Amino acid sequence: MTTKALKLKELAKGEDRFAHGHRMCAGCGAPIVVKQVLMATDYPIIAANATGCLEVSSCIQQFTAWKIPWMHSAFENAAATISGIEAMYRSLVKQGKLEDKNVKFIAFGGDGGTYDIGFQALSGAMERGHDMMYICYDNGAYMNTGIQRSSATPFGADTTTCPAGDVIPGKLQQRKDLTRIMAAHGIPYVAQASPANWMDLMKKVQKAFEIKGPKFMNVISPCNRGWRSRTDDAIMLSKLAFETCYWPLFEIENGVTRITAKPKEKKPLVDFLKPQGRFKHMFAPGNEWMLKQAQDYVDAQWERLQKEAVFSGGEEK
Amino acid sequence: MGKIVAVTGNEACAYALKQINPDVCAAYPITPATDLMQRFSGYVSNGQVDTELVLVESEHSAMSACIGAAAAGGRVATATSSQGLALMWEMLYIAAGTRLPIVMPLVNRALSAPLNIHGDHSDGMGARDTGWIQIYSENAQEAYDNLVQSFRIAEHLEIRVPAMVCMDGFIVSHSIERVEYIDDADVKNFVGKFQAVHPLLDLEHPKSYGPLILADLYHEYKRAQHEVMTKVSGVVLEVAAEFEKMTGRKYGLFEEYRLEDAEIAIVVMSSAAGTTKDIIDQYRDKGVKVGLLKPRMFRPFPFTQVAEALKHVKAIAVLDRADSFGGYGPLFSEIAGAVMSMDHKPAMINKIFGLGGRDYLPDQAEQVIDELIKIAKTGKVEAIKEYIGVRE
Repeated sequence: MTTKALKLKELAKGEDRFAHGHRMCAGCGAPIVVKQVLMATDYPIIAANATGCLEVSSCIQQFTAWKIPWMHSAFENAAATISGIEAMYRSLVKQGKLEDKNVKFIAFGGDGGTYDIGFQALSGAMERGHDMMYICYDNGAYMNTGIQRSSATPFGADTTTCPAGDVIPGKLQQRKDLTRIMAAHGIPYVAQASPANWMDLMKKVQKAFEIKGPKFMNVISPCNRGWRSRTDDAIMLSKLAFETCYWPLFEIENGVTRITAKPKEKKPLVDFLKPQGRFKHMFAPGNEWMLKQAQDYVDAQWERLQKEAVFSGGEEK
Repeated sequence: MGKIVAVTGNEACAYALKQINPDVCAAYPITPATDLMQRFSGYVSNGQVDTELVLVESEHSAMSACIGAAAAGGRVATATSSQGLALMWEMLYIAAGTRLPIVMPLVNRALSAPLNIHGDHSDGMGARDTGWIQIYSENAQEAYDNLVQSFRIAEHLEIRVPAMVCMDGFIVSHSIERVEYIDDADVKNFVGKFQAVHPLLDLEHPKSYGPLILADLYHEYKRAQHEVMTKVSGVVLEVAAEFEKMTGRKYGLFEEYRLEDAEIAIVVMSSAAGTTKDIIDQYRDKGVKVGLLKPRMFRPFPFTQVAEALKHVKAIAVLDRADSFGGYGPLFSEIAGAVMSMDHKPAMINKIFGLGGRDYLPDQAEQVIDELIKIAKTGKVEAIKEYIGVRE
């Protein structure tokens, strides 16, 4: 049992399992997410990583930021790769060739490698029931390849493949609701988290690790390059995502949906959109409909979640 | 001596896998390889093997899971065919580039479009440059024997390269033949214990697999991969020698059939070699000095040894059960590559045959030999590349 106390003082003393000196952009949300996930537990962890920002920046020939066993094989198959690693572990333990050390298996993928090209492998691994956790760090576009639209890109965003032009003003579709799709797999644990609510995120990781079977966690992960925000805005923006209910914090455990934290006061979505250059055109005269459509969608999603959920958390402090 | 049975190629390969008892198999069904993994699944369900079976949602994930499992540190196998191999294509490179000794029976089948489920070599040839060892089998006995040997070859500590063992779809995978099985204990002893190299499951010594390597080192890495492949022939022959001691069955990099004093030769792989041997016997009875070279190890290709075996021949027909549109057949290109080093270059023709399961008939072999006799006499080649058995 390694559900350790989540006290900053204690956590700060712990050894980082994702080392300093990686080459992620300054101000990126992803390494913060990875650190929080790995810090939440003392269990031995083996991780697989989809091709993407996190992977190319954390393990370049001769240098690795991973102090745990780690593997990258391709873009669309982190879930399948970790399922093979987990299967080998089970096989060797069952045969008595390896001591069972309660190893936990995690796959990390960005939204492109998770929502889109990696979706099939992810769905397959979840259905097969591997004892693993899949963590999507969702920055809402293919940031590693130059900010192209993904199916996680929010409505209205300006990306390099859906640029806000005179005729088409950015992305016209809403995001794919992957968290809910993963829940529909009927797996024991699905959650949505944010690095700004670090305690919530780490508690979810701890909880997930105590559950046998497939787990999925979707974590918002700001990208200042793609979001066209300031370098030090990652935590502020993930907090605003939560406060505007753009990124509600909830978990679905054995089919029961629970909102794990609610903002004291639901802020208007524009508070989240405004600091981001990718939504700048939505504030131009004539594009008021875009702001409305974006707000309406968030409201509807939030309403729906509240209807489905029991609320277990406290007011945000 | 092992027991003699009447089994299909698929059944024989499934049985070999049972005897070898891999730690993990990840698989997705595809005709005509389906039956192989189905039979193996039966062994798993009945507790006859310790294998952890991962029944994935695609061949891409099958190879991905095999890659993860192999890196974790254990013996890994899968099987596929045709579109399945094509879907694995990206991951085949990664398995080889990561030096993971995965073993995979490949039941050779045509590729779409148009859709066709029958046997030819277009799948295997598409994976030619992925860095896998490719071993082709003429019949069920060879498929079984090659599969047993391939674990030793792939897992050899000096190479650690994945290997595919090919047999012709339906012709071999589904036909019942006489096969001599090796005793379980002998197979177990021959294959030996799996030796993990840098396993991910070694928690005390964490490894990072799959780094980004840019222009500063990628080129060197690829050359190193080629250099490893140059060591494969030695390993294949070493394993074959041990296999012969155990079974009395002799294997080389290729088979020479009545080639020693031949003036003309046919080069053909897999099941078509059997038919060709019969016709060669008939022509030998008539006094025609014709022989056969049947490549077994297609990757790495044994250029020098093949050149040595063919050096006295005046004319060669290379029969390809796959095509390269706008080019010569892939086997022809290899033989041409081997011939390049010869002082006296033989005349060469290329016949594309048997695509999509089209029968290869004895009279087609006769036509090829007749053409070779003419070429050897006149030195004239009318058409280098032609299709045989095709409706005009």
